[in-house]
Amino acid sequence: MAEATSLWAVVALPPVLVVAAATVAAVDARPGTGGVAGTGREVLRLLVQQRRSTNASDRLLLRGGVILLPMAALLAAAVVPFGFTSVSDLPDGVVWFNAMEALAWAAVWLTGWGPNSALSMIGGYRFLAQGLAYEIPHMLALTTAALGAESLRVGAIVDAQAGLWFALWMPVSFVVYLASALAMAFWGPFDQPVGSDAAGGAGVELSGVDRVLFLGGRRLLLTVAAAVSVPLFLGGGHGPLLPGWAWTLVKTAAVVALLLWVRRRLPVLRMERWTAVSWMVLTPLAIAQALLVALVVLGR
Amino acid sequence: MLSAVVLHALAALAVASGVLVFVVDSMARATFSLLTSLLCVAGVVIGLGLDYLGVVTVLMMTIEMAVMAVFMIMYMMNPAGLMPMTMVHNTRGSAVLCGLLFVLLVTGVLLIPWPEPRGRPPRDATRELGMSLMGPQMLTMMTLGMALFATIVSGVVLAVRGGRYDRRGDGLDAGREPGPSRGDVGG
Amino acid sequence: MSLQAVMVLAAALLCTGLFGVLTQQSVVMLMMGLELMLGGVVATAAGTWHHLAPDRADGQVIVLVAVTAMALEMAIGFAVVTALFREREVDVTDRAAELKE
Repeated sequence: MAEATSLWAVVALPPVLVVAAATVAAVDARPGTGGVAGTGREVLRLLVQQRRSTNASDRLLLRGGVILLPMAALLAAAVVPFGFTSVSDLPDGVVWFNAMEALAWAAVWLTGWGPNSALSMIGGYRFLAQGLAYEIPHMLALTTAALGAESLRVGAIVDAQAGLWFALWMPVSFVVYLASALAMAFWGPFDQPVGSDAAGGAGVELSGVDRVLFLGGRRLLLTVAAAVSVPLFLGGGHGPLLPGWAWTLVKTAAVVALLLWVRRRLPVLRMERWTAVSWMVLTPLAIAQALLVALVVLGR
Repeated sequence: MLSAVVLHALAALAVASGVLVFVVDSMARATFSLLTSLLCVAGVVIGLGLDYLGVVTVLMMTIEMAVMAVFMIMYMMNPAGLMPMTMVHNTRGSAVLCGLLFVLLVTGVLLIPWPEPRGRPPRDATRELGMSLMGPQMLTMMTLGMALFATIVSGVVLAVRGGRYDRRGDGLDAGREPGPSRGDVGG
Repeated sequence: MSLQAVMVLAAALLCTGLFGVLTQQSVVMLMMGLELMLGGVVATAAGTWHHLAPDRADGQVIVLVAVTAMALEMAIGFAVVTALFREREVDVTDRAAELKE
């Protein structure tokens, strides 16, 4: 059902996403920092700030990592349908999305490595450990959705949910997806890669434009990961009364709100506890759910 | 036309960054120029019509190189390239050998009368691959699966410095000693 | 991209990788050379599939095997280096051979 896209979609995607991520940042701003106006002021201040540099830093890799993070999020968003239209409904959209998320690993590690600073390096290493632990259940959750629709094309997965949403008959995958999406965007209880116990982790030495790109890219990644859960598990643009694009907006906003709420409600645990949860709880659960869905698909 | 230009540019970039791997001093830069090279190869694979395999290569190589970077830093004496040093042997002989091999291969590539293409590409190459892996190529698939499983097991056995059975006995009942690292799972 | 162009790309990658494998002393750098050589194999397989036999999936299967081989090589390689380093504190091929005696 995915319609052919025109050039305007390519042009419109980045600004729409940036606005969405800015909204997330403003809504999520800590009390006392001034909400929307405060966030805007902070971004402007950083944009005009002169960049600090550290001794013997690897500037090439640092810049590469900082730019790669928002780029990866934007490229991942290319397969997300807005209503029923996406920038490019690739035949392997699900794999593409996952591959672009993997680029974020490289981006965060590069950002941590670049400044030649111990705490920032620790942040980069932390993200690799977290990414590795959560990639397995994440991949399994994505695979389960593709399995239910018998297609890797995101548009086909949306079509398969015209009746029943995948979130309803593969709830475990949905929950695993949301948890691992949080980990992939190092958000909420998984924010140890930029945690305050390492003075800001991978982002500690960043200033000026770099800081805006890196922290903004992280919010872009969160927004895109939340937006992908809509076509994969929540029926995409399907819904009564409202047109497709409106449903996409409403559902994405709901998922983002849920993730922001989770951030406020869950404690930040030591990282190794969360990785243990991933290996020993989420991975087996995700495999069991995939098996169940496979049996249902075979019996259809 | 445009796609041909892009593909040739990708190929050139792949070779250039492949050479850079052994030129740059910094291990982090070497790792990521290898990643660039392999991503360009994946781009060429996509351009040749194998979009699924190309994207899978991007996914696997990115993760692989990110992990590789950790080991590079861990086991190299000069990870950031701040103190230039060389750790090579037999450079001249190898260069001559590899140069000759390259000339030989290219001559072969250009002189061999390649056969005409047989058949047309299927409408959905990914589907073709899946059907083949689950049908005539089932043996390959099972071999790959077993090889991956064996790698997981032997990798862990080689790399772990005494697991929980070493610390707590075969019955896991010899007291609760803390593991060698924090977050050691399974007691 | 013509078959010859793909093959030349693959040959260049293979020879660069081989040069790295032969010259580098560090085990980790040696593995990077191996990865580069396998990258050449991937390009060759994709090229032959596209230009010689697109109606059969064999070329695709070879790409898959090569990519898996890259992953396995790295996993086992690093496990061996870790075990070797723990045992003897070496990470250089020459010294690993000397210590055997």
